[in-house]
Formats: sequence, structure tokens, C-alpha cells
Amino acid sequence: MSVWVAIVLAGVGCWVLKLAGLSVPPRLLERPLIERIANQIPVALLSALIAVQVFTTGHSLTLDARALGLGVAVVLLVARAPFLVVVFGAALAAALVRLL
Amino acid sequence: MTHDEHQRRSVVRDSLGVGLATGVYGASFGALGASGGLSVLQTCAMSLLIFTGASQFAFVGVLASGGNPLSGALTALLLGTRNTLYGLRLAPLLAFSPRRRLGSAHLVIDESTAMAVTRETTALARTGFYWTGVSIFVLWNLFTFLGAFAGSTLGDPRDYGLDAAVGAAFLALLWPRLRERRNLGVGFTAAAVALLLVPVTAAGVPVLAAGGVALLAGVLLRTGDGR
Repeated sequence: MSVWVAIVLAGVGCWVLKLAGLSVPPRLLERPLIERIANQIPVALLSALIAVQVFTTGHSLTLDARALGLGVAVVLLVARAPFLVVVFGAALAAALVRLL
Repeated sequence: MTHDEHQRRSVVRDSLGVGLATGVYGASFGALGASGGLSVLQTCAMSLLIFTGASQFAFVGVLASGGNPLSGALTALLLGTRNTLYGLRLAPLLAFSPRRRLGSAHLVIDESTAMAVTRETTALARTGFYWTGVSIFVLWNLFTFLGAFAGSTLGDPRDYGLDAAVGAAFLALLWPRLRERRNLGVGFTAAAVALLLVPVTAAGVPVLAAGGVALLAGVLLRTGDGR
């Protein structure tokens, strides 16, 4: 199969997958059990995304400047810093550590 | 300025911050695509058409390691199922008309979802979703082109610590919910499950499995309203 066909196939497929989730009728989501699950989804997904973004490289678990960035983010959040200060404070900390 | 307008502006500002930190990562993808044997045009087409980072990186990874294009596309689709899960949560919150869904669906990715799901109202959720999604779409495609064209001479976003920025953004979004004990438990369990799976599964599966933790928690934890 040519690369072009595969790219278009993946593009259309990924769009259909995105659309499918958005198109589930709200009625189906209003049942108490589904609602409880739906409420936990952001918490679980965000936590997993943080873990994967910060502590892994490819298929291995790593501890590097990103972990320090996350630590700085925690301190800033405890200090009630604004969102962007937290985000770029973590970036700055990671960048500085890599310079050392 | 009214309270609503104040809130809206703060969501816009935060969304643009996340958009910037994420969008420039397109340069990494562009450089990787071009060095993995794709033409500049093919690399750019991927960012335009597939537009979901993990899927794109996996696709290029399969091609670069000599896999055939079909298995590359299938890997991309496997990772794309994460976005279906996001859509489930976004649907009632964003309340799109069927027609609006068609175009907006393309913008359903990790970051636009994260910047929308924590909002209290549909208006603020849409603000977070669109400002994040559109700013990433524009920058991601622009930087894919630059990265594919200039290769690695652009420098590495990691030098600016931007790989730490996105994790911090997600934590900041999660933070208000962690005050609740149950959420703290779900969060740590999901993170642990994801990390345990990283060495042994394809990229993207760990985060999907974390969706399974949400499912289990919803079934097992009946008391309280969980917000």
C-alpha cells in the first residue's frame, strides 16, 4: 500500500473516531452509573497523561528534568500561582536544570 | 469587566499558553517524519489530516522501523481510539449541533479536551476547546512544516523545557479536583496503571487503560456525588 493511501486512511479513520465519541446521544450518558464513570474520566485521563508525559521516554520509565518541573508546578499550585505561571515556571525549571 | 467576561479571558489566555507549548512540538514531529523517509509534503499532510500527536508519532515510528504503511495506519487508529473516549465526555458539555460536530471533531485531542472538561459551563468549555484546539492546529501544522523543512537545525523544544510544560498544565487543570480524597485515589491509581503499562504496551494504550480505571471507579465507588 502506498504511503499516501495509508495517510489518508489514518486521517479519515482518526476523524471518524473523534466524531463517534462526540455523537453518542446525551440520553445514553445521563444514567447515574454512566455519569459517575464520566465524572471520573477527566481525573483518570489527566493523571495518566501527566504520568506518561513526565516520567516516560519511549517505552522506558525515566526520572529527569521534567520531574523537577512537575515538582516546581506542585509548589506553585500550593502557592496559588496563576495557570500560566505554573506552566511556564515548570518549563523554566526544567530548562535551567538541563543547562547545569 | 463582567465576571463572565473576566472568566472567559482567563480561559482564552490559558488556552493560548497550552497551545503555544504544545504547538511548537510540531517541529519535532516534522523533523522525525522527514528523517524517517517521508517527503515534506507527506509529513505535512499527516499533521493536517490525522492531527493527533501520539498517532502521528507512532505512524512515523512504524514506517521508520521498516513496517508497512498499513500497519502504520492501524497503529495510528489504535491510538486514535483515545479521542473517542474524550468525545464521550465532551459531548454533553460542548453540546454541539450535528453539523457543528463534523468540523469540531477534528480538534478533539488531549489538550483541547483537558482545557474543556474542567469548565463549569458550556460557554467556557467551548472557549477552552476552540482556543486550545485551533491554536494548536495552526502552530502544530506550521511547526511541522518548519521541522520537516529545516530538520533538527531548529533546535529541540526540550531545550526550553517545553516537555515539562504540558505535564504541568495537565496538573494545574487536575489540581482543584484533587482536594477530594476519592479523586486523589483515582488519579494515583490511573497514573500507576499507566506507568506500569508503558514498558509492555504500544504507545497510547497506557492512557486508554487509565480510562478503564475511571470505569472501575464509577462502578465501585457509589457513595457521594463524585464532583
